[in-house]
Amino acid sequence: MDQITRSDGYTQPPPYVALRIKAIQSLLVEKGLVAQDALDEVVDIYENRIGPKDGAAVIARAWVEPEFKARLLEDGIGTLAELGMTGFEGAHVLFVENTDQVHNVVVCTLCSCYPWAVLGLPPAWYKAPQYRSRVVLEPRKVLAEFGTTVPSEKEIRVWDSTAEIRYIVIPQRPSGTEGLSVDQLAELVNRDSMIGTRFATPYEGAAA
Amino acid sequence: MNGIHDVGGEHGFGAVTTEANEPVFHGQWERDVFSVIGIYFAAGLCPLDEFRHSIEVMDPAEYLSTPYYVHWLRAAENLAFWNGLFTPEELQARIEEIEAHEKRESA
Repeated sequence: MDQITRSDGYTQPPPYVALRIKAIQSLLVEKGLVAQDALDEVVDIYENRIGPKDGAAVIARAWVEPEFKARLLEDGIGTLAELGMTGFEGAHVLFVENTDQVHNVVVCTLCSCYPWAVLGLPPAWYKAPQYRSRVVLEPRKVLAEFGTTVPSEKEIRVWDSTAEIRYIVIPQRPSGTEGLSVDQLAELVNRDSMIGTRFATPYEGAAA
Repeated sequence: MNGIHDVGGEHGFGAVTTEANEPVFHGQWERDVFSVIGIYFAAGLCPLDEFRHSIEVMDPAEYLSTPYYVHWLRAAENLAFWNGLFTPEELQARIEEIEAHEKRESA
């Protein structure tokens, strides 16, 4: 028995859902509360415009500019605001840095809090009870299932997000990347590395 | 509020399922639900605590047995009722109207 629920976030909806949401949209539009264009615009923003590439650019810059990284760690929300990446009203963003001694991983055990303004919408597994229940209990095992083996001597810190505070991991910079530009480095910052379930992508041009 | 959503450290939920190259949305119904909540956020109808509460009052059995965006569907309904956007009766009537129309179209 692999799973006992179907609530992994990307199964087909129960039959009632498509109809109910259509009815809601129809009522909102008919009552003049919402324009159809606005509904389409909201989807377009998060489907096509804001996403992990935005966060990757921030992390790559932090890798090459120590002062920028220090500012991110000191005042994440202020530094992001300067870049035009503002989140929900009142939500703070805290950057946590992976080192040789510490690996950080982020969860929202109660639901799905996530830094939308920097990473876009969370993946389905982040919102599913399987991840939310287990990563606080057995993080090393869950990370191993992502193919992420954290050495036993390294400490793992799990950060539980709330509606007020969201977290972003600054992964360790892959080796052999000294000569790369910020744009090239950003290509190595995968989404999961900013959640902490994976490492940054190794650089293929690095000497073995 | 402690409830069925509070799963941190609970046993028995099984393995984490991941998907390579996961799309932002998995179907039109997810876009439709997201768009409504997005508009609620933009209009200030969705303070985060109220939004969470609108999900946490879901039937626990439905909460655990449905995909994530079904939780948001229930939030879209509850927040609309609480803010006077439409009533449960209006929603039910509109559902029946659309269903009847779709049946005629496919007949």
